[in-house]
Amino acid sequence: MALLEIEKISVFYGEMCVLRDVSLQVERGEVICVVGANGAGKSTLINTISGVLKPRSGKIIFNGEEITHLEPYQIVEKGIIQVPEGRRLFLNMTVEENLLLGSYTPRSRKKRKENLEKIFTLLPRLAERRKQIARTMSGGEQQMLAIGRAMMADPQLIMFDEPSLGLAPKVVDHVLELIKNIAAQGVTVLLVEQNVHHALELSTRGYVLENGTVVLSGTAHELLNNPHVKTAYLGL
Amino acid sequence: MGLLSAVVNGILMGGIYGLLALGLTLIFGIMKIINFAHGAFLMVAMILSYWLWRIMGLDPYLSIVVIIPLMFVLGYLTQRYLIKPVLDAEKDVREPIGALLLTAGLSVAIENFVLMVFGADYLMAQTSYSGASINLSGLSISVPRLYAFIATLIVTVLFYQFLNKTELGRAMRATGQDRGVALLMGINVPKVYGIAFGIGTAIAGLTGIFLIPFYYAHPTVGEVFITKAFIIVVLGGLGSVPGALVGGLLIGLVESVAAQYMTATWTAILVYFAFLVFLLFRPSGLFGSRYEW
Repeated sequence: MALLEIEKISVFYGEMCVLRDVSLQVERGEVICVVGANGAGKSTLINTISGVLKPRSGKIIFNGEEITHLEPYQIVEKGIIQVPEGRRLFLNMTVEENLLLGSYTPRSRKKRKENLEKIFTLLPRLAERRKQIARTMSGGEQQMLAIGRAMMADPQLIMFDEPSLGLAPKVVDHVLELIKNIAAQGVTVLLVEQNVHHALELSTRGYVLENGTVVLSGTAHELLNNPHVKTAYLGL
Repeated sequence: MGLLSAVVNGILMGGIYGLLALGLTLIFGIMKIINFAHGAFLMVAMILSYWLWRIMGLDPYLSIVVIIPLMFVLGYLTQRYLIKPVLDAEKDVREPIGALLLTAGLSVAIENFVLMVFGADYLMAQTSYSGASINLSGLSISVPRLYAFIATLIVTVLFYQFLNKTELGRAMRATGQDRGVALLMGINVPKVYGIAFGIGTAIAGLTGIFLIPFYYAHPTVGEVFITKAFIIVVLGGLGSVPGALVGGLLIGLVESVAAQYMTATWTAILVYFAFLVFLLFRPSGLFGSRYEW
């Protein structure tokens, strides 16, 4: 049984169709990459899985249970979390407060201490800066904190929305390394990224989204060698 | 001695204004809603407290046990069944004003309902301590005002601790800062809104209970206070807890001291004018830029 199964969802903004009959499967332990241009519907997809947007038709099944109509907070409790685009930290709060807010749901709150230690080992920088206000940190540090905050939710599936956006190349490498680390811990990853080459390199499989529909899917290796992907996304 | 007395009593009254403003600033800080019905809720608590005293002989301060939970529930239900549907309907509107219009309408509805049921009489709970005052070598301090002031300090400190130290308080601040991301982190935002509105309403109620032993209640008494509370909230900085208290004290002080030298009409003009001038120089209020949710 797949961890996450999306069956033919269509999502609308008013009368505008942003996703049309999108189906997607994520197996436990995979790193799935969703590739697509600006406006292809990548963020919409992630926000629909999170329950912020509701599909007009189709189903989302997580761990064999339909979650299509659950509220966002219930979906987090089930084990799905996202690292939103642009980080969206609670900027006026400390590093520690941000992390604690990541474990607000009852299930993750029970494992708070344990997860906090894990994150501080993974990201020692955050431990040093516990009492620092998030606003005063650099972009890269903020991205680390956003990822740490999401990991505090003790997720089974973590979704990244453009994690490398607006970061220096060196920092991007660090972020991608961190994602690899998280995957190695057994957390399933769904990655939306414009940095297609890097993203596919650390993925097991990928989907190509164009104008709200899936036009291609396959293993990362297949996609990296696909002529369409090469010309449209890799600039080769 | 007249001036000193005015200063002290002004500060005491300012504390009460600050308490009312605290509820208003909480609701604004978290929900970004300006609650025009805040004064009406204050009035409801005054009237309820009065009648509990009148009919059952219940001391107004004891009526807190009954009225505060009731006000909390009233606030929670108001958010759940009146405000939430409007917010949901306006989810995609860039500058939603539905909730603001709703609370303004609600205020008129509550006032007229109370007018219909309880009449337009001016009511005050004449308790043993209503007219009592402490004399400190000629300086006279009104006892019920002193109690109200102490209550304000206690509530402000407790509330500040609640916001900063508890799980729910932290979730409330997070919701105030970024509602969308609070949702993504697993916070039940509608519930947080309900609790915030409930606490805000309960604080308005508490203010009313502390007023009733020395201030006359009538269906539109809330309007007197809500205008001041708005000024205080903007003066202190929208959404700022310390701002509400400091703003309240300031307004109370100016009002009381000015009354020593001019008639009440002039006091009001002076207060409003000073406020406008202040806004010219510091539009974000006293604590507006430094303290955010």
